[in-house]
Amino acid sequence: MGNLEASSLCLLVSILAPILVGLVLLCGSRFSVNSMRALSVFGFGLPLMIGIMLYGLFDPLLAGEYNFELRLPTGLESIGIYLHLGLNGISMPLFLLAGMVGLATGLYAMNSKAERLHLYLALLLFMLGGLMGTFASIDVFFFYFFHEFALIPTFLMIGIWGGAGRRVAAIEMTIYLTLGALLSLLGLIALYVQCGVDSFSLLELRNYLSSQALSETVQNNIFALLLFGFGILVSLFPFHSWAPKGYAVAPTGAAMLHAGVLKKFGLYGLLQIAAPLLPSGAEHWFPWIVWLALGNIILIGLVTMAQKDLKMMLGYSSVMHMGYAFLGIACFSVVGVGGALLMMVAHGLSVALLFMLSTCVYHRSQTFDLSSMGGLATKAPVLAGFFVAATMASIGLPGFGNFWGEFTIFVALAETDMTKWIVAPAAIGIVISAIYGLRAVSNIFFGQAKDSFKERLESGQVTDLQPFEKLPACLLIGGLLLTGIFPRIISDDANRELAVLYPYEQSNLTAIESVILPAEADAPKEVAH
Amino acid sequence: MNELLIEFLGGFTKTNQWSAILPEIMLGVLALALLGAEMALPKNKQTLIPRLAIWGQVIVLLFVIACIGWCNVGESEYFSGLIIQNDMTQIMRAFFVVSSIVVCYLGQIYLSKQSLAKTEFYALVLIIAAAMMLLVQSANFVMLFVALETVTVAFYVLVAYSRTSQFSLESGLKYLILGALSSGILLFGIVLLYGIAGSPELMGSSRDSLKYIELANFITLNTNNLIGVDNMIVKIGALLVVAGICFKIGAVPFQIWVPDVYQGAPTPVTAYLAVASKAAGFIVLIQLLHGPFIGLKEFLVPVLSVIAAATILFGNVAAVTQRNVKRLMGLSGIAHAGYLIVGVIASLYVPWAVYAVIFYLVTYLLASFAVFGVMSLAADANDANQELDHYENFARKRPFLSCVLVSGLGSLAGIPPLGGFIGKLFLFVAAFQAGLYGLLGISVLGVVISIYYYFDWIRECYFSAPTSAEVEDASGDETLGDRILLGALVAATVVIGILPVALPIIR
Repeated sequence: MGNLEASSLCLLVSILAPILVGLVLLCGSRFSVNSMRALSVFGFGLPLMIGIMLYGLFDPLLAGEYNFELRLPTGLESIGIYLHLGLNGISMPLFLLAGMVGLATGLYAMNSKAERLHLYLALLLFMLGGLMGTFASIDVFFFYFFHEFALIPTFLMIGIWGGAGRRVAAIEMTIYLTLGALLSLLGLIALYVQCGVDSFSLLELRNYLSSQALSETVQNNIFALLLFGFGILVSLFPFHSWAPKGYAVAPTGAAMLHAGVLKKFGLYGLLQIAAPLLPSGAEHWFPWIVWLALGNIILIGLVTMAQKDLKMMLGYSSVMHMGYAFLGIACFSVVGVGGALLMMVAHGLSVALLFMLSTCVYHRSQTFDLSSMGGLATKAPVLAGFFVAATMASIGLPGFGNFWGEFTIFVALAETDMTKWIVAPAAIGIVISAIYGLRAVSNIFFGQAKDSFKERLESGQVTDLQPFEKLPACLLIGGLLLTGIFPRIISDDANRELAVLYPYEQSNLTAIESVILPAEADAPKEVAH
Repeated sequence: MNELLIEFLGGFTKTNQWSAILPEIMLGVLALALLGAEMALPKNKQTLIPRLAIWGQVIVLLFVIACIGWCNVGESEYFSGLIIQNDMTQIMRAFFVVSSIVVCYLGQIYLSKQSLAKTEFYALVLIIAAAMMLLVQSANFVMLFVALETVTVAFYVLVAYSRTSQFSLESGLKYLILGALSSGILLFGIVLLYGIAGSPELMGSSRDSLKYIELANFITLNTNNLIGVDNMIVKIGALLVVAGICFKIGAVPFQIWVPDVYQGAPTPVTAYLAVASKAAGFIVLIQLLHGPFIGLKEFLVPVLSVIAAATILFGNVAAVTQRNVKRLMGLSGIAHAGYLIVGVIASLYVPWAVYAVIFYLVTYLLASFAVFGVMSLAADANDANQELDHYENFARKRPFLSCVLVSGLGSLAGIPPLGGFIGKLFLFVAAFQAGLYGLLGISVLGVVISIYYYFDWIRECYFSAPTSAEVEDASGDETLGDRILLGALVAATVVIGILPVALPIIR
């Protein structure tokens, strides 16, 4: 168990540090802006540093087990709840994602001109702490607990700093997400009760279920609860309507962290908990996932094309891309789930970047209306460059992580005859996202400026990206490029883990590597780092 | 004559059973002492009375807690079976003393804004607390009825306490009529059960059939033997008793008095009704279902399930459109009663669910008192008129109070890391283990609906745009005592949410 190992304690620190810094900021409304920034850099930066350090120490041979395990009593031992932390090949990339997007959000937010900045930063820090905890939890109870902990600041931030229409959006989002969270909680409790091992620990549940699978009906029912519960949280069609509205009015920081990381919670729950533990449930609901995911891709894709408001468009596009991740999970194979994981990480980085850049655009144009902008690239070429790159990433251009995610999911779909046909409609989605993405870019940055905007452009008020905006943007772009050029930093560890979790498809273990990196497939398999 | 008296008193001192209910006696004496003090103290010293009431109760509370520590002896019977004490009743005694302390404190705030008689309020609150403590310990229907009537009669007075307010009088009248009716129903049920269990030709009949144990024996022995009228009488009797209790906890279809009475009654009394009276009802319900009515499980569970489902849905749906916060708390309290009934049903299959119910009651106590405390402080002289609109921009006017309000409402809505979440979690786990899937689904639906009105309130406090004409309301600043009390309630809610073991109920 290694309760006293430093690396395990680091895991705990990465959760507590942001929360503690947040508490300090909460009490310290009298801090000067500079000391507030210094404090929050520490809070936002530490989780990523710990994440990178742990990534370096990660032992990939422990597949099926957890690295850096830490198990602390909480007083609820009698019903089997421990604060049980650890990372495996699936949670490690998401842990890093949370740290990275968290730091970028923090860097951007601490320079924003939000009213009551200390409260704003504190809420973001609470969110970040909850996120780190979610992905580091082995205990299913705490997995849920930390998610809810991260969710509440989102509501508050939308309510307090949101744009027009925030009252309605905040309450709609709250009700929708509570419904989703409670359904998934019911599913998790059902899993706990049905297993009867008196433990919320994922490892023990897994051990029990590997020796003794639940009956098919029970699996189907529990999987339904988890699928729709998590599905609502990930804006699965037709439970998506909270997302675009919520993101459209959310303050930038909240939108970045929520769309980028928190939303991945549901997918993570599906691929880490629901699908491996309830294989026949997953099989039963397979057609549902496919059709609803196609609804995300095609229908929401078309809706996205019709958007005239930049933020609404981004909100819908983030809903749309979730469809690919669902398809990947529906494949129920190492390749498909691995692709979904890659997709989640890359999408998290790209959508956070896009939300941030859209606010940068707003600060220069004073509008989100796509039809009343134009020609911004002449005054802000760097912003244009970043925005084009982020759009390309989200479309799935090779070189960015999203490409590998989508590509791997398509490969996984094409592998079996039953799912082959899905590739065609799913590929249409890429065309759709290219259409709206490129159109947005051309509307904002190129062509003739519209009259009202022209005055602003010529008045010299419009500046290019400031250093404080460049820094987080570079961080996120860097992450996208890294996963795009060298996806093995994620896929290697994930493969080993998934091969254990999805044993029915063991033959595919090597497939993902040969597909993703044909040139290196023959190279002797070495342990990364 | 003297010898007789000495022998009589000697009997008490020998067995010394009175010491078992010393806390109740202390509360009763304290209540009388307050009335005496009012007569004895000069006018300018009258402010000592609430302090005397509160600190006196703190001593009683310490005594009760010490009792929990000492007398961990399982179950013990007193007064030839009128009273049975066990772990659960010991916890509940502390629960009632805590709630009456808070109610006395809130009463002090309330009475300072009104020109009403003051001392009687505290005396009545203390008597109710003592009676409720006896109520949950009673193991005999006579004891049950007497204790319950003491509670109810004192509440008749307290609800109508604000004699100058027509709302208070109206609610007092409503509570009086419906309360009397429900007592009548309860008594009728008791009489039916007493009669049938006392008829000598039936198996297991008893001459002392008011006792829970005797009645339990009779019913379990005869569950399958009784036919025709006898069977009907047992079932009707049990139903009437349960109906009488359902009135106290505000379960559908006996909930109709709740919104009106909650609105009209002075806010501290509303809080007392919402928390302590309801809790007492639940404990009695648990004791009856596990005691005399255990043999009627198959019959009562469907009835209670329907009641629970209807209660959850009614409470939540009715609360959605409510703009008066006192009515809102009443209706949302109905919904909480529904969740608790689910827990009570679960306890018939999963024994530990009893503790889940008590845990929930404690989190409900902390959160409700936090909210009612804020309401007392925020209210103006017209106590019945507390609308959601008054809370617009509350966060800017009273930042501390709105923090307390948010944590209270959040806990009631069941949001982690607050205590209410753990309470709901335990209830859900218990219900799952008991296999009550339908009720679970309805509970979840109810919780989702409840998010709407709880967050609406929070939204009113925090999300409103500040108007330029906003004047800082400095006159109503809370005192240090208010801050300590409310802060303690919030702190307890958070601590229980993060470390549920801090509340030594679930083991």
